[in-house]
Amino acid sequence: MKDILVLGIESSCDETAASVVKNGREVLSNVISSQIALHTQYGGVVPELASRKHIENINTVIEQALSEAGMTLSDLDAVGVTYGPGLVGALLVGVAEAKAVAYAAKKPLIGVNHIEGHVCANLIEHADLEPPFLCLIVSGGHTHLARMRDYGDFEILGRTRDDAAGEAFDKVARAIGLGYPGGPKIEKAAERGNPHAIEFPRGKVDGSPHDFSFSGMKSAVLNYLNHASMTGETVRQEDVAASFQAAVVDVLVSRAVGAAVELGQDKLVLAGGVASNGALRRAMAEACLQAGITLCYPSPVYCTDNAAMIAVAAHYHYIRGERADWSLNAVPNLPLKGEIL
Amino acid sequence: MKIVGIESSSLVASVAVLEDETLIAEYTVNYKKTHSQTLLPMLDEILTMTEQDLASVDGIAVSEGPGSFTGLRIGSATAKGLGLVLQKPLLAVPTVDAMAYQLFGCAHRICPIMDARRQQVYTGLYTFEEEFQVLQPARAVALTELLEELSDKEGKTVFLGDGVPVFQKEIRETLGEHALFAPAPCGRQRAAAVAALGLSYLRTGRTQTAAEHAPNYIRVSQAERELARKRAAAAQGERHE
Repeated sequence: MKDILVLGIESSCDETAASVVKNGREVLSNVISSQIALHTQYGGVVPELASRKHIENINTVIEQALSEAGMTLSDLDAVGVTYGPGLVGALLVGVAEAKAVAYAAKKPLIGVNHIEGHVCANLIEHADLEPPFLCLIVSGGHTHLARMRDYGDFEILGRTRDDAAGEAFDKVARAIGLGYPGGPKIEKAAERGNPHAIEFPRGKVDGSPHDFSFSGMKSAVLNYLNHASMTGETVRQEDVAASFQAAVVDVLVSRAVGAAVELGQDKLVLAGGVASNGALRRAMAEACLQAGITLCYPSPVYCTDNAAMIAVAAHYHYIRGERADWSLNAVPNLPLKGEIL
Repeated sequence: MKIVGIESSSLVASVAVLEDETLIAEYTVNYKKTHSQTLLPMLDEILTMTEQDLASVDGIAVSEGPGSFTGLRIGSATAKGLGLVLQKPLLAVPTVDAMAYQLFGCAHRICPIMDARRQQVYTGLYTFEEEFQVLQPARAVALTELLEELSDKEGKTVFLGDGVPVFQKEIRETLGEHALFAPAPCGRQRAAAVAALGLSYLRTGRTQTAAEHAPNYIRVSQAERELARKRAAAAQGERHE
């Protein structure tokens, strides 16, 4: 059988990325141009600056992905691009670029859902992994518990009712003076802290066992800091970080494993930026081992926003004959297929 | 030489194909701001209709700004994607230059104005006296300041662009009969003008690679403005201490 080669392009937030993937599983190149240094001085991602950076870097990133893969555009079978969800201005750069590249190269264009891409990142390093499986999608913008029934087809079981898990990490990191990006900074500080120093509430949503709520947890941290500053109590940054992280991890593990057991799913995958959190991986692995569930998660490089995962997702749409036309637009609130907003 | 022109700096979406001194096709729509959906299908339609092969294009001219940040990036990314595949140079044409270029032979001053909000316009100043001359390159300026400058000068000024309906009354009040307004066929952005100026750039070697091209926004982002203000205020504070 002839190899299928897909170029993936990703620009939904603060990483400009391009990748070439062979047969939906083998990553030939994975180029990521991060903007973290730029946004750090603003304490978070500035959409307009992200868009400006994307347009400056995108051709170089694509050219590098092609050259590292030893490919030219004519060798490719399709171009896949993230068209949502994400920052609209940022998405538009990748979408307009990918459309023009596919059009001029006379290649089919595939629109990819960014969240589906995160889930598909698991297919890269787990050659035998096939749907259906349960997935916990945790990132700065999303917290979803879903069942991937087939490639590109999801059943949403639960979601956050307020903040996304990664968003809560960012807000707490800012409150305790760690700054942006919150996830890695909290994880690092937590290594030197006591996770039982402060008992933060494990937020739940009444009557919805698969849904999440992180705003209460975040408020509890803020209240704790306020109270400490009023009473002159010393706050150990590391203890707050460790205790907050433990609360988030507890909730994520109990919901995900609980759902897997309840629904008789024997495979669970983690996806999204927060999936690279070491404490979450360890706690999830232990709980899955006890419950007899096979756990998969991607290497950190495939947890962060990248284009390899977009090319993988595009591959499965491509082989099913799905195509986008030249009017493809960015959709900032794009739902997963099977998700009702 | 064959040039593709792309213009998406404002409400107008426009694409054109030009071969030397002949305009082969142009598609211009001044309707809703859905450039992301319409621009490439429009280009596909004119290329197909006129049986053009993209591979035969010698350069891609793009309206580089100023204008809507998002609009500029849609045009820019489209041009960069085409340039990447075709391995052809990009020709970055200042949006206001291309607007003025439509008024061939006009010996008055030509003043394109785009509504830049905050009571400002994106503008430049040009004339076709003898040849096309840039008297004042693209900038963002308060309309009142622009009108003050113009009222000190002799002769007439032709205004065009989406700033005209917004500021026409104010312009007339200040400049009276010295203000003229361009009619519809040359009153807004058009990709044919971008392509025509782009062709002259290609002939004089004023080119960019697709990789290095980026829009010329003229303005920094709001976040950068606020950060600069904050830092200036902090520096001021230190000096007072």
